[in-house]
Amino acid sequence: MKDLKSQASKNAAPGKQSGLNAEIQSRIGHQLRAMYDDVVRQGVPDRFAELIRKLDKPQNPPQVDSTGGNNNDGRE
Amino acid sequence: MPLTDALRDDILAAVPSLRAFAISLCGNGDRADDLVQETLLRALANIDSFQPGSNLPAWLFTILRNLFRSDYRKRRREVEDAEGNYAKTLKTQPAQSAHLEFEEFRAALDKLPQDQREALILVGASGFSYEDAATICGCAVGTIKSRVNRARSKLAALLYVDGAEDFGPDETVRAVIGGNG
Repeated sequence: MKDLKSQASKNAAPGKQSGLNAEIQSRIGHQLRAMYDDVVRQGVPDRFAELIRKLDKPQNPPQVDSTGGNNNDGRE
Repeated sequence: MPLTDALRDDILAAVPSLRAFAISLCGNGDRADDLVQETLLRALANIDSFQPGSNLPAWLFTILRNLFRSDYRKRRREVEDAEGNYAKTLKTQPAQSAHLEFEEFRAALDKLPQDQREALILVGASGFSYEDAATICGCAVGTIKSRVNRARSKLAALLYVDGAEDFGPDETVRAVIGGNG
């Protein structure tokens, strides 16, 4: 960063302005992606994998009566 | 569309970049993860409104951004202690000098107006097209382009030139005068 700062004053002649700009912009792009990719590389934290897995299952707990429903049929 | 296995996998695959976007928006890892969680719940609850074949990441980013926006307005004041928290969310700490450079970059990014910061991140880091970024931010493509350009110039000025306003004609003129003298 310091080196680019000193280059900024050295290179500030008209013809070199755009070249310096391009160099600075590529540096900024690189830093931006480095910052972002640091997080991306952490992958999917367990809490989110679990969340999606749980919600993916159809909500099926109320199935209790389907097998035990015939208990009261002792008529006569 | 219904939540198929394939769609679920696609949503999971988008989580890492949703987190990166969330952290770069709010600078705070815990809050960012809450934002991602809320985004996923909202997305799954509204999965029927997702158009099959359309851009799933863009859809998810739109939800996250809107949640962030409404949340941000509510607690603008609370989040101003976020400085330095971003680095703590990283598992691998950069080496010392790189770390300083990183902090400097992060601080400069935080100085950008929010509109410009999110546009720059969507295009420059998330890799969205200008068109997708415009959809996510709910504005015109030209607006995104100008926000990205302004963000880049401002970062360049903050990071690489002493005295932000010196970068430009004045500096050039001074150099030319100096060179001729």
